[in-house]
Amino acid sequence: MNVYFDNAATTSVSETALNAMLPCLKENYGNASSLHALGQEANRVLDESRQTIASLIGANPSELYFTSGGSEADNWIITQMAYQGRRKGKIHLISTAFEHHAVLHTLKKLEKEGFEVTLLPVHEDGLVRPEELDAAITDKTALVTIMYANNEIGTIQPITELAAISHKHGVFFHTDAVQAVGHLPIDVKAQGIDALSMSGHKFHGVKGTGALYCRKGVLLGNLIEGGAQERGKRAGTENIPGIVAMAAALQEACDHMEENAARVTAMRDKLIAGVLQIPNSRLNGDPVKRLPGNASFCFEGVEGESLLLRLDLAGVCASSGSACTSGSLDPSHVLLAIGLPTEVAHGSLRLTLDEVNTEEEVDYVLEKLPGIVRTLRNMSPVWEDMIEAGTAQAY
Amino acid sequence: MAMAYSEKVRDHFANPRNVGKLDDANGVGEVGNAVCGDIMKMYLKIDDDGVISDVKFNTFGCGAAIATSSMATEMIKGKTIDDALKLTNKAVVEALDGLPAVKIHCSVLAEEAVKAALSDYYTRKGLPVPPECQMACGSNCEACQI
Repeated sequence: MNVYFDNAATTSVSETALNAMLPCLKENYGNASSLHALGQEANRVLDESRQTIASLIGANPSELYFTSGGSEADNWIITQMAYQGRRKGKIHLISTAFEHHAVLHTLKKLEKEGFEVTLLPVHEDGLVRPEELDAAITDKTALVTIMYANNEIGTIQPITELAAISHKHGVFFHTDAVQAVGHLPIDVKAQGIDALSMSGHKFHGVKGTGALYCRKGVLLGNLIEGGAQERGKRAGTENIPGIVAMAAALQEACDHMEENAARVTAMRDKLIAGVLQIPNSRLNGDPVKRLPGNASFCFEGVEGESLLLRLDLAGVCASSGSACTSGSLDPSHVLLAIGLPTEVAHGSLRLTLDEVNTEEEVDYVLEKLPGIVRTLRNMSPVWEDMIEAGTAQAY
Repeated sequence: MAMAYSEKVRDHFANPRNVGKLDDANGVGEVGNAVCGDIMKMYLKIDDDGVISDVKFNTFGCGAAIATSSMATEMIKGKTIDDALKLTNKAVVEALDGLPAVKIHCSVLAEEAVKAALSDYYTRKGLPVPPECQMACGSNCEACQI
């Protein structure tokens, strides 16, 4: 059996998205900037896609800018708001310790340019405390950027509350919602979100597509100079097939959001309950305030990459925050941010499900995983030491 | 991050040779630490002629750590101490048809594990430890960070 439980990394393109984009590759291949009929047809589907996506997140079409993905959107808005803030003497930026690297590395770059960065703690449950944001904001704060839901441990932040606190101090609020869009109900206006990043391939669109929502009234500087695309702010011929696919995929995801979430949550909870039967295992992040499809674990005495490779041999695609998968000696900053000791963080496993998965696949993973963990523990000197120390029992 | 393991690495990871412990080992070495994410423990049974008659290992670590441990045990089994002392991490990497650059430290660990076990053998015998047994890195994991 082949099981794909890595949907937080990327998803398959849905039939709906594929069928929507195909005509844009062959018949309707015009450039939306051309005045002829083919060009105007391309412009029409581009407008239509913008309207669809904007309405699905509660935004106006004129507030949406198409990008190559979430990372580009994050880089763009964070850098822009920081530079705008600096012109008014505001050089302080607030985020969290477990953001995606698209945010953290942008902040690091800005720090080198003289900005001050505060990374809020996310605590053992993987949740930001609103009162800690309140206390961190100063009269020098230019931007608060906090991810909607974490990509590794799936915890969902109290975004509406965090946005309200930011606004109370007159500070702009951005959220990297790459893992949330298409999976959780979002209404930027009702939630007070000033800017939001999204990525098409996380909800069955295609790779290389994304968008930045930035509310009206903000003077967003240009990202790419050139033609008049994206109102001149992000020049370059639009990826119309990708944008059309993203719109179709998001429409489908939002149309079925409630039923998908219920089914995926039930599968996830069965998976979590089954995996936690393994001795010396733990679930990372709050058990309830998490994405429907996210199950993140740590297994003591086992290293994550070897776990992944063994699962791969058994036909299961998963991911890990272990150092060995990151190319450094340090394990995932997310797992360290929730306070896990380094040696425990090395033994992490992320299984991310979505609506294309089945209960049979959950059963299959529950059948394979315990034996794999056991095999690796049986050859692990760390596990042996734990048994000797009495912190684990041989089984 | 994309990483490609050779067929040989995959084979030694999926079917590691000489896994386990040796109750009658007369040289045992452990290198690495759990904070770095790799620990190798090597057990040697060395007979009176100075030949490594049996070898086993236990490893906590990634695919490359397990594969290099497995390959290193194969390369020293049945060999003399002198031959084992000549085992280099480079030879282990070559025998595995290469390793991704970020995984070279795993092969260093395998070489060090053999040396640590041999060092233990000399110590148990009350003999001076030959300089070749000294670890180049002194178990400093940061030294291998690329």
